[in-house]
Amino acid sequence: MALDIAPKRLPVPEQSAEERIKNFNDVVIGYSIEEAVAESARCLQCKNAPCIKGCPVSIDIPGFLKAIKEKDLEKSWDIISQYTNLPAVCGRVCPQEKQCEGVCTVGRIKGYEPVSIGKMERFIADWKAEHGSKVAPKVPEQTKGNVAVVGSGPSSLTVAGDLAKMGYKVTVYEALHAAGGVLMYGIPEFRLPKAIVRREIDNIKALGVKIETNVAVGRSVTIEELQSHFDAVYIATGAGTPHFMGVPGTSLNGVYSASEYLTRINLMHGYEFPKYDTPTKESEKVVVVGGGNVAMDAARSALRLGAKSVQVVYRRSLEELPARIEEYHHAVEEGVIFNWLTNPVEYVGSETGNIVGVKCIRMELGEPDASGRRRPQEIKGSEFTIEADTIIEAIGQGPNKVLLSAFQELKLNKKGYIDADPETGQADPEWVFAGGDIVTGAATVILAMGAGKKAAEAIDKYITEKKAAGK
Amino acid sequence: MYKIISKKLVVPKEFDVWVEAPRVARHVKPGQFVIIRTNPQGERVPLTVADYDREKGLIRMIFQTVGKTTAEFADMNVGDCLTDILGPLGTPSEIKNYGTVLMVGGGVGIAALFPIIRALKEAGNKVYTILGGRTKDLVIMKEECEKYSDELLITTDDGSAGKKGVVTDAMVELAERGVKIDQSWAIGPSIMMKFASLKAKELDIPMFVSLNPIMIDGTGMCGGCRVTIHDQIRFACVDGPEFDGWGVNWNEFMNRMRQYKDEEKMSLEKYKAEMGEE
Repeated sequence: MALDIAPKRLPVPEQSAEERIKNFNDVVIGYSIEEAVAESARCLQCKNAPCIKGCPVSIDIPGFLKAIKEKDLEKSWDIISQYTNLPAVCGRVCPQEKQCEGVCTVGRIKGYEPVSIGKMERFIADWKAEHGSKVAPKVPEQTKGNVAVVGSGPSSLTVAGDLAKMGYKVTVYEALHAAGGVLMYGIPEFRLPKAIVRREIDNIKALGVKIETNVAVGRSVTIEELQSHFDAVYIATGAGTPHFMGVPGTSLNGVYSASEYLTRINLMHGYEFPKYDTPTKESEKVVVVGGGNVAMDAARSALRLGAKSVQVVYRRSLEELPARIEEYHHAVEEGVIFNWLTNPVEYVGSETGNIVGVKCIRMELGEPDASGRRRPQEIKGSEFTIEADTIIEAIGQGPNKVLLSAFQELKLNKKGYIDADPETGQADPEWVFAGGDIVTGAATVILAMGAGKKAAEAIDKYITEKKAAGK
Repeated sequence: MYKIISKKLVVPKEFDVWVEAPRVARHVKPGQFVIIRTNPQGERVPLTVADYDREKGLIRMIFQTVGKTTAEFADMNVGDCLTDILGPLGTPSEIKNYGTVLMVGGGVGIAALFPIIRALKEAGNKVYTILGGRTKDLVIMKEECEKYSDELLITTDDGSAGKKGVVTDAMVELAERGVKIDQSWAIGPSIMMKFASLKAKELDIPMFVSLNPIMIDGTGMCGGCRVTIHDQIRFACVDGPEFDGWGVNWNEFMNRMRQYKDEEKMSLEKYKAEMGEE
């Protein structure tokens, strides 16, 4: 088949690895208008558009790409913003290679790469912020009902934006001092600049959504108060409680959860200490345990803070690495060293209680486990020690219990997450809806947003029916 | 929001402030704390709520200037506003009628102990209170604690008030007098809580202590405040701040408190230089 399009996607300009490990700026610089127009022309506008089905919020991808191709950027923005309230975020952190781009028709042709959809989404969102018309969005009259949203991460922001557009008065409660949830405390500046998160949150506020920070629902506001003031509540408090391996030495100074390490850096600006008051330790030899995006973020942050060596230990192999491949490549380019099939067994401390090394053991892959991946097993007698003054464990999180412990009537599943209908987000009691990581366990930003979108429709239906019944 | 309504110096470096925080005031219970920030670039610092006025929407905090944030808080005046107050946080003290309780306080820990003393008295307990300090002036809130105690004992290192000695001496004195204690609390400097717990165990008295490790978010998210209690990792911000004093790994706790000693010193010195002090 001879196609009239370039087989390879247009490479996106990035900061060089040598340069970017000295700063926390966005690694990807992004397409120029000319580049975006050229790349969008690679979309075949195919009828069945598998990309739309691959997107958890079903963005009209061929539509917004066509508008870019026609250089009607304002129209492209209008199309995207019908589907997502956070395009600049999604364009940066979605696992596009597994979603829209993973099923792209162009990418299925031998020798062709899929259209660079994620980078185009990012392009249009950034273009809008810098150059687009600044007409304030039309805020519908907010008379259909009152909804409280607990937490202000991607799922919450999605539900809040969608409900406001439908005509609901929405109040978002955030326990931290800054809205954005994991987008603010978890994902580093070099992957998702905080100014961009704030910009997208401002867009949501412009829809009439009220965001109150410093409110821990269940403590600052009781469940009874919520129930009496609102027609429905959406809970998206995330999977924010770090797990620890539990190996000896976990409480030594210098052992961090990735959550603490990244929160110090991202939310509290530890990399700007002492201009900001929260310190982050200067480390020389850092070991990160785990293989997800959070592990990559921690490893790459440590490099930027000046560590001389950063090693990742992961108990499986590259093939099973859960991190996005783009993040892995960025980490390798920046100098992060990977120890495959390796697991820590003990953190070794000095007499003063500081970490000096991590004792590891080699692993091999056995039979597949419940997750379908081959189970890592220890190779007896293969222990060795890596010198380290900082250990960062990035092995996953559990449900945050601050709200759950105050809400005994809320039905939870066996793993301690909220038991919510996967289609509607409705939980038990029925006035409660939930979504994001507090329902699914740690997942992606876009899945959390997808849950928010579905829940917004379900909440609208629930309140409308309730009011019609005169309750 | 979070306006300072009153402020007074209790003893050198210790301040007693009332601040507007209606949501906290409405719901706070003895044993709980708040997280404050003094400026938009500030650190999140936990402080115990020493008292509250639910009607006026005010909370009272008594704090000692230790690092940069508390120094900055101390430099703020009536009418100034804190940037953030989040709370109430932590699990409240278990208030019930135990029979006879022993309350041991030292330093600014007395401020954290006070609302628990009052609540336990109101719950019908017979309350023995021991307050300790290096010298007379450092023993704060004597009258307030006395009001809700059946007996108040004071110990000072220099003998300037009460008995010369430390709080554990008074614990022994009560035991020797045959006072039977059903439950006790100790809140104060780590070293005091450690030795009070060891003594309590020796005397077979159950004892709660209130731990104040380094904390960031205060909602169980970062895991920075982890402490080891009976060989189990617990988070002080949500599982605590009160724990069984017998089970605390004190050496580890005190070591973790020193993690950022150098950085804290640097931050405080920079602040003092900016303020033109020393």
